[in-house]
Amino acid sequence: MDRREPGAGFSDGAARLRVAVHKFGSCDGCQLAFLNAGPALLALAEAVELVHFLEAGLDDPDARVDVAFVEGSIGTSEEAERIRAVRERARVLVAIGACATTGGVQALRNLADAGGWVARTYPEPDRVHVLPESAPVRAHVAVDLELAGCPVTTRAVTETVASLLRGALPAPRHEKLCLECKRAGLACVMVSRGEPCLGPVTAAGCGALCPGLGRGCYGCFGPSELPEAGALAARLRALGLDAAAVRRRLLAIHAGVPAFQQAALRQVGEEDGDGR
Amino acid sequence: MADERELHIEVPALTRVEGEGALEIGVAAGRIRALRLRIYEPPRLFERLLEGRTFEEVPDLVARICGICPVAYQMSAVHAFEALFGCDPGPWVRRMRRVLYCGEWIQSHSLHIHLLAAPDFLGCDSVVELSRRAPEAVRRGLALQALGNDLIALFGGRSVHPVGVRVGGFHAAPGADAVAALRARLADAVPEAEALVAWTASLDRPAAPADAPPLRCLALRHPEEYPMNDGGLASTEGHAFAFDGFERHVAERQVPHSTALHALLDGAPYLTGPVARLNLNHERLHPVARAALARTGLALPVRSLHDAIVVRAVEVLHAVAEAADLLDGYEVPERPFAEPAPRAGVAVWATEAPRGVLWHRYEVAGDGTVRAARIVPPTSQNQAHIEQDLRASLEALGLDRDPDTLRAAAERVVRNYDPCISCATHFLRVTVRGVP
Repeated sequence: MDRREPGAGFSDGAARLRVAVHKFGSCDGCQLAFLNAGPALLALAEAVELVHFLEAGLDDPDARVDVAFVEGSIGTSEEAERIRAVRERARVLVAIGACATTGGVQALRNLADAGGWVARTYPEPDRVHVLPESAPVRAHVAVDLELAGCPVTTRAVTETVASLLRGALPAPRHEKLCLECKRAGLACVMVSRGEPCLGPVTAAGCGALCPGLGRGCYGCFGPSELPEAGALAARLRALGLDAAAVRRRLLAIHAGVPAFQQAALRQVGEEDGDGR
Repeated sequence: MADERELHIEVPALTRVEGEGALEIGVAAGRIRALRLRIYEPPRLFERLLEGRTFEEVPDLVARICGICPVAYQMSAVHAFEALFGCDPGPWVRRMRRVLYCGEWIQSHSLHIHLLAAPDFLGCDSVVELSRRAPEAVRRGLALQALGNDLIALFGGRSVHPVGVRVGGFHAAPGADAVAALRARLADAVPEAEALVAWTASLDRPAAPADAPPLRCLALRHPEEYPMNDGGLASTEGHAFAFDGFERHVAERQVPHSTALHALLDGAPYLTGPVARLNLNHERLHPVARAALARTGLALPVRSLHDAIVVRAVEVLHAVAEAADLLDGYEVPERPFAEPAPRAGVAVWATEAPRGVLWHRYEVAGDGTVRAARIVPPTSQNQAHIEQDLRASLEALGLDRDPDTLRAAAERVVRNYDPCISCATHFLRVTVRGVP
């Protein structure tokens, strides 16, 4: 395997940084961080050598690359095989977006009877091979950097490329959304208006969009550092949400996060709760 | 004989489409024996994960079906619930929803025209190469795409999975200053979009054979408006039915050459999307777009999907001009939503996603909880038509051509439909593995 320590630098030789973008189980939305970048997309194509990016017309999945950006979760045995091949051919693997970092919204099936879901969706369920869990990339192969978000932002991917061009991996960022909200000068929607908000357990990075529109955060950017989901659940109950509502709120875009699952399941244990 | 050879054409990974699919074509004795547009994206089982969720959560969840048309998913959902609940959000919300939807049409069509389709017409592989051959066209295209994105973000903070939409209206109304700035950009973009129409019409496009049958089209139709989020369904075969009549006319059936089930309109393949919309509604276009369309000389009804690139450009112009009109005299409302009161029943609606009719149906309990969901996206409706088109196009081209020519022609036919496999995957009842 031609993989070296992340951050060891790419300055050897005159060749440009070779970059691939791969897609797994997802909505395509994180690839749009590149495709919606406008002139920055063309600048990126000058700064690096884009070798594989199907939606952009580049088809060379087996090429060895310096950096592989991976969108999507791993949900089938074929995908589990394919992500190993991607890992083997990339020096640095960057998982982008909710699906690739926590399993995404489709990880709701992890908590359900996935086989039953398939049987009720497809007339010939035997032909549909899904693994019981929609898993983040890191559950299958080593990941060098995770960029959170549903979707990931253009800013996050371009900053990462800029950093890698200088031979370093950017530092991971997991501060809480609350800090971004404070910096934006927004009044706390939970304190001032009693709006249920996942900000205290959610990573910053979106720009505090929902509080900016007067609504509570619903968790697009996944778990923050030290997510005290149990304490937040108690606060949400105090705001009048029943156990099922708290559970639904914690288990949505990032249903695969253990800290969220534990807090959600504790809710059900504390009340007769109908489980959803 | 050359045309008696056996040939297997495979495109293991379609490029410049949304999502991941493959194409397999088998030729024997001068005829296409097998033809499959194969979907290998894993199913995400969205219809199941919506069960047990409340109506308030649905707009944010269904957005995640598709990163390219999240607004369409939000629109079909909110209209369905409002129709069931008897909730009327009023004229301000209605107008602003059209503006939001215009943003998505502008963004999605501009992306498809420049990043996915145009490279085919100018003989290159990607927009990067295209930007060297046609720098001015790419600059204009990326600027229009950015305008569409910014229009969506005006209401929802960002263009992919925007957060502003709720059942009953919007979480917040944009400020007058932000609206005025975008209104000015839209007005400036009208001549740019007119130039885009002229440019697409100047591209060398294969003509439809003189004996090509008329396209069988299904689209929304509204008494006055170019259809987007209101009206009923209409077809070129004379159908006219309400959204709840969809299941009576559209059925998914098994076909002999494939194990995939295809959506059929009264038993036959049909087309949905920009070409179908235009063929059924061209007299409802914004006058600016109608004039630009007339200048192209494109004959109506459109008979070839190779002209879809022109039609998308016309719809970009329509959306730019209509959004500018709708934002004229903008005022911030007292409250940007009506409060919905849930009740039990079946919620059904369809809107025009950039790629065509997007039909939603929810069985809802009295407290607003979703008991069952069914969503039929445009790409699954178009799949049978794509395969029919592939057969006819490749046979017209000549099956004795070399495999690379046939492969490129086939990919191009598929791209004309702008298929969104990411959408289709979650609902298409397809064989993911074990194609015989």
